[in-house]
Amino acid sequence: MKRRNLLATAAMGLLLASGASFAQGMDKVKACFVYVGPIGDGGWTFQHHQGALAVQEKYGDKVEIQFQENVPEGADAERVLTQMALGGCNIIFTTSFGFMDATNAVAAKFPDVKFEHATGYKRDSANVSTYNARFYEGRAVQGTIAGRMTKSNKIGYIASFPIPEVIMGINSYYLHAKKVNPAVELSVVWAFTWFDPAKEADAAKALIDQGVDVIASHTDSTAPLAEAAKTNGAVIGFGQASDMAAYKPSPRVSSIIDNWAPYYIKRVGQLLDGTYEQADAWEGIAGGEVEIGEITEAVPAEVKAEAEAMRDAIAAGTYHPFTGPINKQDGTPWLADGAVAPDGDLLGMSFYVEGIVGDIPK
Amino acid sequence: MLRLEKRPTPSRFWLYATPPVAVILTMIAGGILFALMGKNPVEVIRTIFWDPLFGEFAFYLRGQLLVKAGPLILIAIGLALGFRAGIWNIGAEGQYIMGAVIGASVGLAVFPTESRWIFPAMVIAGAFGGWAWAMIPAILKTRFNTNEILVSLMLVYVAETILAKAATGFLKNPEGMGFPGSRNFSSYPAAQNAFLYEPLGLHWGGVAAFVTAILAYILLTRHQAGFQIKLAGQAPRAARFHGVSPARLVVMCMGISGALAGMAGLFEVTGPAGQITIDFNTGYGFTAIIVAFLGRLNPLGIVLAGFIMALTYVGGEMASTSLGLPDAAIQVFQGMLLFFLLAVDVLTNYRFRLAVGAH
Repeated sequence: MKRRNLLATAAMGLLLASGASFAQGMDKVKACFVYVGPIGDGGWTFQHHQGALAVQEKYGDKVEIQFQENVPEGADAERVLTQMALGGCNIIFTTSFGFMDATNAVAAKFPDVKFEHATGYKRDSANVSTYNARFYEGRAVQGTIAGRMTKSNKIGYIASFPIPEVIMGINSYYLHAKKVNPAVELSVVWAFTWFDPAKEADAAKALIDQGVDVIASHTDSTAPLAEAAKTNGAVIGFGQASDMAAYKPSPRVSSIIDNWAPYYIKRVGQLLDGTYEQADAWEGIAGGEVEIGEITEAVPAEVKAEAEAMRDAIAAGTYHPFTGPINKQDGTPWLADGAVAPDGDLLGMSFYVEGIVGDIPK
Repeated sequence: MLRLEKRPTPSRFWLYATPPVAVILTMIAGGILFALMGKNPVEVIRTIFWDPLFGEFAFYLRGQLLVKAGPLILIAIGLALGFRAGIWNIGAEGQYIMGAVIGASVGLAVFPTESRWIFPAMVIAGAFGGWAWAMIPAILKTRFNTNEILVSLMLVYVAETILAKAATGFLKNPEGMGFPGSRNFSSYPAAQNAFLYEPLGLHWGGVAAFVTAILAYILLTRHQAGFQIKLAGQAPRAARFHGVSPARLVVMCMGISGALAGMAGLFEVTGPAGQITIDFNTGYGFTAIIVAFLGRLNPLGIVLAGFIMALTYVGGEMASTSLGLPDAAIQVFQGMLLFFLLAVDVLTNYRFRLAVGAH
């Protein structure tokens, strides 16, 4: 018998065992989480695990949580996912972009198990949903603070990889810094990593050497803040993924906190009460997925108020960080006056907005 | 008082007894570790070593063992040839990456042409990529007497940067909406390394691993080059008198191990991994060093060692998911294996003597 058939048989067994009462909801859900890093990374994976723990807290005995740390992409991810599906997981959250193909491959073999893939775009079968957060909304708040706080008029961004997610963040950060401070210049350093304290520290040093005094980062370690801390308050930065409160009140003057708990609680809850449907979720500040960490006293009260007003306007839906007129870097128009960027443009974003110097690595 | 005394000749008994003793000691020490963490040690050890072979999901996991062991065996055999001659290629991970990148480039360059020659050409390109990457430390060593351990290790990090460049740049999937990662080979049949027999997890990489093991065994036992390798490792001066050129040996051993690591990378990227991604490499090149020593630098021993190592990975994942063990505990467990191996290995060349009275 071919493995595929065996798996299908196993999946059928699960279907018969647990699926009969599916439409009416379930008495107990086994929710499983696949992590790309260790739960103690203090950033990306840590925040996902906090979400998993929140699900347990919320539903108690009705939920069983399983997770696997440090799962490499590719064949290993497929094996872990298959083991979880065979082991009776009802819903599996795969919490890194790199799990995209593995998630879709395994989902095709287990039609009765729900798969939720973070930050991806492939939903090849009906049991695959994707979810992400509108981090660029948080970047708008950071940009406002950066534009007001910089004394050298040079702000920096430690970028990870040249993908739409990151480019969106850079553009949002720059646009909102420029809005409050037209003289501002942005330097971008590409670190080509999501987590590498040594490389991130080097990137921060390079920026500081250029005279940059506000650094935002799209990488997950606290190394850039540690470098900023050595400047005796001359350079400030932001917490990324988690609050990084240890560097309060300065150099960490605010932060973007990834909060996955509301989404995880919602999806598991829907599975329990039978209202679960395939989704492509992209929530932001309004949905609670993107939290703005406390703006500290290192920021003057009026700047803090301005940044918080920006946050509240985005949350209320009265302001979209990408509202025209906005031109592309080469001067060609992108958004007309008053036009709001469609999600499709954002999800495929591969260009800088006008005013940013330098090229996106190809 | 116990003291260590050098044996006049290495013990044949301990030469073969070391690996099983090390595995048993790892189980005991690991069991104590797991017990201290509040887990049932017998259950954990059973989950790691027994369940993947005979447990509920063995029908699936048995195949996964070869998927995991194949690249380890292929790389470890190449490394073992060098290690025997005292040539330390620590950078197989980098050669593995370069094999995958160069081999994948050849396949993707002709996408979507269908021809039976594409996959063989990619395998050759993959072997070439690994070989070329290994030639850098080899030539630096023979020309400028640099240390091949440092150079080959440092080149791993260079290769990782090239890999990131490939995934986000020159090999990026043009239909991937700007996201990093190449096309997936599973949707390109001519370049795909599909399973030949799925229940066993056998693909061309597994076939290559077995064939290489046999060829390496013949090389070491029947061939002049194999004799030279062994001689150079055991008695470098005698090897010189015997007409062995150290430079040629370095180029040969680094070249073979690089080519095999490159091939392993190519089989992985076209098969189980499916595509070039930023984090394509998962440490096979480094783990293969443990496998080479666990297998006593003997090609047939390496085959066995590859499977044992694969077992600790596959079983370790099971233990981690189903019993809630932290991944770090599994890594410590795998590390113990090398530690005990090296510790017990002392007994091959030394023996304990009870020293009474004498000082």
